[in-house]
Amino acid sequence: MRPLFRPLLLLLAALAFSHPARALTPEQAGKIAAGDSDDRVAALNERVAAGDADLVPFVQALLDDAVKTAGGKAYVTVDGKTTIAGSGEAATAPADAEDVVNNNRMRRELEAALAALGLFAKDTAQRAKAVAALKDGADEAKLPLIEKALAAETDAGLKAQLTLLRAKVQIGASDPAKRVAAAQALAASADPNTRSLLLEQINAEQDPKVKAAIQAALDSVQGTLAWGERLGLLFTGASLGSILLLVALGLAITYGLMGVINMAHGELMMIGAYATYVVQNLFKLYLPGFFGWYIVLAVPVAFLASAVVGAVLERSVIRHLYGRPLETLLATWGISLVLMQTVRSLFGAQNVGVENPGWMSGGLQVLPNLVLPYNRLAILVFALAVLVGVAALIGRTRLGLFVRGVTQNRRMASCVGVNTARIDMLAFSLGAGIAGLAGCALSQVGNVGPDLGQGYIVDSFMVVVLGGVGQLAGTVYAALGLGILNKLLEGWAGAVLAKIMVLVFIVVFIQKRPQGLFAIKGRSAEA
Amino acid sequence: MSTTRRHFSAALSAIALGTSLYAVPAFAQDTIKVGVLHSLSGTMAISETVLKDTVLMAIDEINAKGGVLGKKLEPVVVDPASNWPLFAEKARQLISNDKVAVTFGCWTSVSRKSVLPVYEELNSLLFYPVQYEGEELSKNVFYTGAAPNQQAIPAVEYLMSKDGGSAKRFVLLGTDYVYPRTTNKILRAFLKSKGVADADIMEDYTPFGHSDYQGIIAKIKKFASEGKKTAVVSTINGDSNVPFYKELGNQGLKATDVPVVAFSVGEEELRGVDTKPLVGHLAAWNYFMSIKSPANTEFVKKWSDYAKAKGIAGHKDKPLTNDPMEATYIGIMMWKQAVEKAKSTDTDKVIAAMAGQTFPAPGGFMSTMDKENHHLHKPVFIGEIKADGQFNVVWKTKGPVVADPWSDYIPENKGKKNVPEMKKK
Repeated sequence: MRPLFRPLLLLLAALAFSHPARALTPEQAGKIAAGDSDDRVAALNERVAAGDADLVPFVQALLDDAVKTAGGKAYVTVDGKTTIAGSGEAATAPADAEDVVNNNRMRRELEAALAALGLFAKDTAQRAKAVAALKDGADEAKLPLIEKALAAETDAGLKAQLTLLRAKVQIGASDPAKRVAAAQALAASADPNTRSLLLEQINAEQDPKVKAAIQAALDSVQGTLAWGERLGLLFTGASLGSILLLVALGLAITYGLMGVINMAHGELMMIGAYATYVVQNLFKLYLPGFFGWYIVLAVPVAFLASAVVGAVLERSVIRHLYGRPLETLLATWGISLVLMQTVRSLFGAQNVGVENPGWMSGGLQVLPNLVLPYNRLAILVFALAVLVGVAALIGRTRLGLFVRGVTQNRRMASCVGVNTARIDMLAFSLGAGIAGLAGCALSQVGNVGPDLGQGYIVDSFMVVVLGGVGQLAGTVYAALGLGILNKLLEGWAGAVLAKIMVLVFIVVFIQKRPQGLFAIKGRSAEA
Repeated sequence: MSTTRRHFSAALSAIALGTSLYAVPAFAQDTIKVGVLHSLSGTMAISETVLKDTVLMAIDEINAKGGVLGKKLEPVVVDPASNWPLFAEKARQLISNDKVAVTFGCWTSVSRKSVLPVYEELNSLLFYPVQYEGEELSKNVFYTGAAPNQQAIPAVEYLMSKDGGSAKRFVLLGTDYVYPRTTNKILRAFLKSKGVADADIMEDYTPFGHSDYQGIIAKIKKFASEGKKTAVVSTINGDSNVPFYKELGNQGLKATDVPVVAFSVGEEELRGVDTKPLVGHLAAWNYFMSIKSPANTEFVKKWSDYAKAKGIAGHKDKPLTNDPMEATYIGIMMWKQAVEKAKSTDTDKVIAAMAGQTFPAPGGFMSTMDKENHHLHKPVFIGEIKADGQFNVVWKTKGPVVADPWSDYIPENKGKKNVPEMKKK
């Protein structure tokens, strides 16, 4: 017999073998749907072990909450048509029929059952899905099915995964040789659940030989998992760093370059977040089909909204206060209160809901224990884009040249014909606009409320001062450094203590090095 | 000089007008004033705003039926803005200036602790509608929410049962203040009594308004992979729950792997969160909107109609009810019955009349005020989050549970009676 046909024949044989017990009867369906969880699980597993293909639509209906029970029978309603499960005859559920409620345990069993039955699908992708779904649900009852699927499987990758699945069940087998084999197979796994399984087994294991095998497997699994943990820490640090960078970039311009202690910086972010909220609502009302892309329009709108508010502030208040830091501080603090109260009157004091677009929910599975959420990835990329944009604007354009000129030596710049008042306004509204972009990004990860800015104002000043006033590069290093430091400490001492320790660190650092990480070298114009 | 003074007094009266914006300027003698002390801004506004509206709805309902003792009720609403010392200030203002007969208010325990001395000093009444950590019993407070043995302990027992996933390891996660800290102290002692080792318990806290839960979730995942079946007990309060659940969903931590049971998350807090990835995570309460009973149908309808009529943001399109709303409603209705029984709004007479009051609760059972300990007898429900943001009740107690505010799991509580001490006058 050619090897190609063997699996097919085996599958046929398996189906033929299970034929007598194939069909799901109404009584069996009723038992699966109603009663004690233990009895339901037993009834379900009995059918799964028999490889009953009729079970699939019924289990799916149970998972979809589309089943009612009454008098030991299960009524399935799909697309408005009600049938009795098992017989398929049309019926209407009695008035006293109860909805079938599945708790976590039942749902886990149902999902595992569905997956186990899906192991024999023709489509490889479908089988892969079934194997992945069975990852946490493999138990004694599924072993015959796994064995059968393993014998029939042709895809090498899936075969390896099925071997792992079998090993997970067999690690609890009574035969020590089987346990050793299972432990050796599990060493290749990189799944966090394998670690907990092995840890559980090693404590219960009596046989020293098996114990050694499990220990070896455990070391190998832990080695793989440690990488995921390290990378995860780095990513969370970088993600927090990217948020800090976004909130501090605008301030790096208004405070760093222009020297305005802008206490209303947080409120400019808040305006950006509310602008995002307004755009979202407009999309919901007028363009529900394109809702997933509202964020694309929200970014420029948030920038413009904050930039306009910034320009108005600069023209009306701040320009009268250049060179008087204390007055600026008080005035901008007052402005921040006014802005907060205005938003509170317009939108209400409660948080408003900003929904993530669909493509931002969920995450990218990089390693079995490392998921990178899409919204965090998006913000990371966005922060980099904003950074590149700002660096190019300040370093490469005529406007950037003027801004640097005016901030370094206002009189000289004025003498050579630069309209300093206009440049001041543009620079300030640029900083405000970037704050608006930060607000737009924050709306995707946190809450949007009138006091959103309050939570970030200290952080943003911290980053700018630590990085060295007047330095964009310093801001970048400080933001990423603080992000990673914060997450390292958080993992070690908890979120509350971490926050305190970071503040203490900055106080000590500024004492030792008041100019920050990077100081402007050479002769300062103001000196 | 005189002009400035005139300006000053004009400004003063403007402020006075502003603060009494909600108070209907009716004939003062013909009304009984009722204080409403809930945060309408700040981190707790997400949970508390709706309780203010519940009190107003109940007052409307009582007034429509002729009021109490032939007088209409007049609500005095203030906003303590999630600012704990401000709670005490506003409470004093309500009692001393506005002369309210009773106050309905507070959510966080730290706010209740802040106002407690004021109510005891001025001998006024407070109805507190939220589940809390116990360890307190004042004669001036009626606790219509759950004590730990009416919520936290049954929930953990459920997690340890076979249907709850036979959890052997626990993450106790909370906001950093008195309620989560005390509850977790009780739970730790309870778990120890059930044979759970210290190494199998992880405790972690975040500040109020915390919004970055990536690190915490990563820690939970790591902890869960280091041993037997793990469950998370969350006492996170306020708007931090939104980023917490968002991160939970995005990082793919499923309820079938690591179930999270929450004590301060209900239908209202989950509004605006995509609940599809959260299906199966749990909450323990004494009421869920999804409970099927004629009383609940009526309550939900009442609230929907009220929300529509008043145009309450969010609720006018998607009305939701939750446990603290039910507790608020029971509280005000029982207070009304007690005042009618006492024929007076005098604090001490009302306290005496409150003992043993009953009211058919929206949860579908007869709610009874304990004769002595100022707590309600209530049943416990455990619900799993559904894809539509509602809860499936998967477990409930057979009948109402008597509250035990001084938990037996804290050794210092030995010998303490569940009766408030009466101060000598």
